[in-house]
Amino acid sequence: MCGSDKKLGQLRAVILVGGYGTRLRPLTLSRPKPLVEFANKPILMHQIEALVDAGVTQVILAVSYRAEDMEKELTEQVSKLGISLTFSHETEPLGTAGPLALARKLLDSSTEPFFVLNSDVICDFPFKELAKYHRQHGKEGTIVVTKVEEPSKYGVVVYKEDGQIESFVEKPQEFISNKINAGMCLYLTSLRQKNSNKLYDGAGVVGNVLIDPTAIIGKGCRIGPNVTIGPDVVIEDGACIKRSTILRGACVRQHAWLDGCIVGWRSVVGRWVRMENCTVLGEDVIVKDELYINGGQVLPHKSIALSVPEPQIIM
Amino acid sequence: MLKAVILIGGPQKGTRFRPLSLDTPKPLFPIAGVPLIQHHIKACTKLKNCKEILIIGSYTTNVMSQFISDMQKEFHVILRYLQEFSPLGTGGSLYHFRDQIRAGSPSAFFLLNGDVCADFPLEELWKFHAEKQNALVTIMGTEATRQQSVHYGCMVCEPSTKAVNHYVEKPNSYVSTLINCGVYVCSLQVFHTMAETFVKKQNGFYSSNGHGVDPGYMSWEQDVLTPLAGTGKLYAMQVTSWWSQVKTAGSAIYANRHYLELQSSPPATTKCQILPDVFIHPSASVDSTAVIGPNVSIGAGVIIKGGVRIKESIVLNNAIINEHALVMHSVVGQDASVGEWSRVEGTPTDPDPNKPFAKMDNMPLFSTEGRLNPSITILGAGVVVPAEKILLNSIVLPHKHLGRSFKHEIIL
Repeated sequence: MCGSDKKLGQLRAVILVGGYGTRLRPLTLSRPKPLVEFANKPILMHQIEALVDAGVTQVILAVSYRAEDMEKELTEQVSKLGISLTFSHETEPLGTAGPLALARKLLDSSTEPFFVLNSDVICDFPFKELAKYHRQHGKEGTIVVTKVEEPSKYGVVVYKEDGQIESFVEKPQEFISNKINAGMCLYLTSLRQKNSNKLYDGAGVVGNVLIDPTAIIGKGCRIGPNVTIGPDVVIEDGACIKRSTILRGACVRQHAWLDGCIVGWRSVVGRWVRMENCTVLGEDVIVKDELYINGGQVLPHKSIALSVPEPQIIM
Repeated sequence: MLKAVILIGGPQKGTRFRPLSLDTPKPLFPIAGVPLIQHHIKACTKLKNCKEILIIGSYTTNVMSQFISDMQKEFHVILRYLQEFSPLGTGGSLYHFRDQIRAGSPSAFFLLNGDVCADFPLEELWKFHAEKQNALVTIMGTEATRQQSVHYGCMVCEPSTKAVNHYVEKPNSYVSTLINCGVYVCSLQVFHTMAETFVKKQNGFYSSNGHGVDPGYMSWEQDVLTPLAGTGKLYAMQVTSWWSQVKTAGSAIYANRHYLELQSSPPATTKCQILPDVFIHPSASVDSTAVIGPNVSIGAGVIIKGGVRIKESIVLNNAIINEHALVMHSVVGQDASVGEWSRVEGTPTDPDPNKPFAKMDNMPLFSTEGRLNPSITILGAGVVVPAEKILLNSIVLPHKHLGRSFKHEIIL
């Protein structure tokens, strides 16, 4: 959080979208990362809703690629929340601070502080506390940090007892602190208890399961724990799904068994198929009956007719 | 009058058929719902003249007695089991029981290896043999690939008379693509030739002061067929119908497919979806939502629950396959159970369908790099596979309760 004024009036937020999301391929070959659904909602919408909750009225998106898709879809969704959405275009990748500089013109219109967040962060956004804390110390900016077990993978933040930051160390070789810049953690399928009011509670459900009301679930299925089933999905009779995400319009046919998988939009998983070990099907993939897919990353629009017994990328 | 002799070996033989042969003697392993050698017996009983069937092996009589009495009831034929007590070789045991075979003076006898599968054309074989004067033995022969022929008995035939001029058992280098099927017609005079060989062996035994092999030991192929070649007394009738050896467990599934096809199994009485050919024992209970076939044999007392898929497999007596499980290219042993949503999968080892005359490649268990060769998956008797596990290309010895998934392993 950056700012130059102690007064809090109209709150604004900048979401840094950029990046091609290559590590989330093959899903991001079909949709920009901020629009990939987590617990049946694009990350960006999880963020915008939390910002709205905290009193934000204007959201500026610093975007780079495939902006048209996103603008159209987001404008549609955000209009329901009654806030204004502004797009700041990045014509070439400018790193992480670049888009912020580009958005400066938009931010200069007011002296109010504003939130800044990466588009790929998902958590129980503490925006209200953040604003309060910022107002208390009255300095230039505030960063949200989080504690992790293996800080060597992240950007570590070293700070004094009163919270004043001393230094940033990117991917430290030796232990300095276990607090990291809360920008990068991403959990694909784990559902938070927070959503429990929306959790599905039918027969055959085990643990946390989120099922869109438009999805159809067959007889004799066992679903859960940690399963998200998107809109218009069809789960046929006798399927077993654990720790997986089934995206919009996909179909899991009879007696299939899935553990730790993402089934892409409009994909079809055949009867008696077994998929496990981080198998990710891109958009519109067809897995024929009775196959075994172990850790397969399948690019969009493929039809799979042979088992994939060892982890492999299928172009 | 004709007779038939079926050579079935003993428990020391057929080791490549383990672990299936640990519970059931290989000759009694069910293929297409009936014991392997019942197919031989059935073929023999189709011949009106065939009055007696003699089964020779070294299994103890108590192992065989139930089967023998079942067969007597089913086929109304004189059927006897003759147990050999010392390993005399294929020729030696035949010669040992010569009086039993000669009794009643049959005009000839069929000799069948217990470990082959075929659409036994015994009638044609007998006709062919009867037409040849001086013929002591007629061998049923079939074409093999040049590469695979060396694993069998190879024969060179005189094209017009079909007399065998040259016979070599498992040659080191290529001899001929015409191979011995282990199915023969023999005239009784063959025992004269065998007697001469026997005497020679005895003399050799005593002249070497008792050293060397058992004097009664005689290989049918090496000590009888090889010397007979080129004498005008050995003939070969080439057939083009299906034929295969049953050596490894993988060949059981292959043989199952062909026997199911041949016997045009009676329509299954179950309501579930069947993809032919399938054999389901009348006492098996199969849920209506299961999908079974092609090439599946299901034994007595088996329970197949809802949403189960089985193909290219043999499920032995009293096994249980629970809901939504998939079994393919596998043998599920007696009393074994497969948990719900589990997957039991093997790799087919069928002959190369793109090569004419290709036979089963009876691959060794391990490759030269020491890795387990992909094969069918086998669950020994009483094995328990828990729910939601995968068992891929693995062999599980009897009575093992598995706790996790296994791939490419032998589980002792």
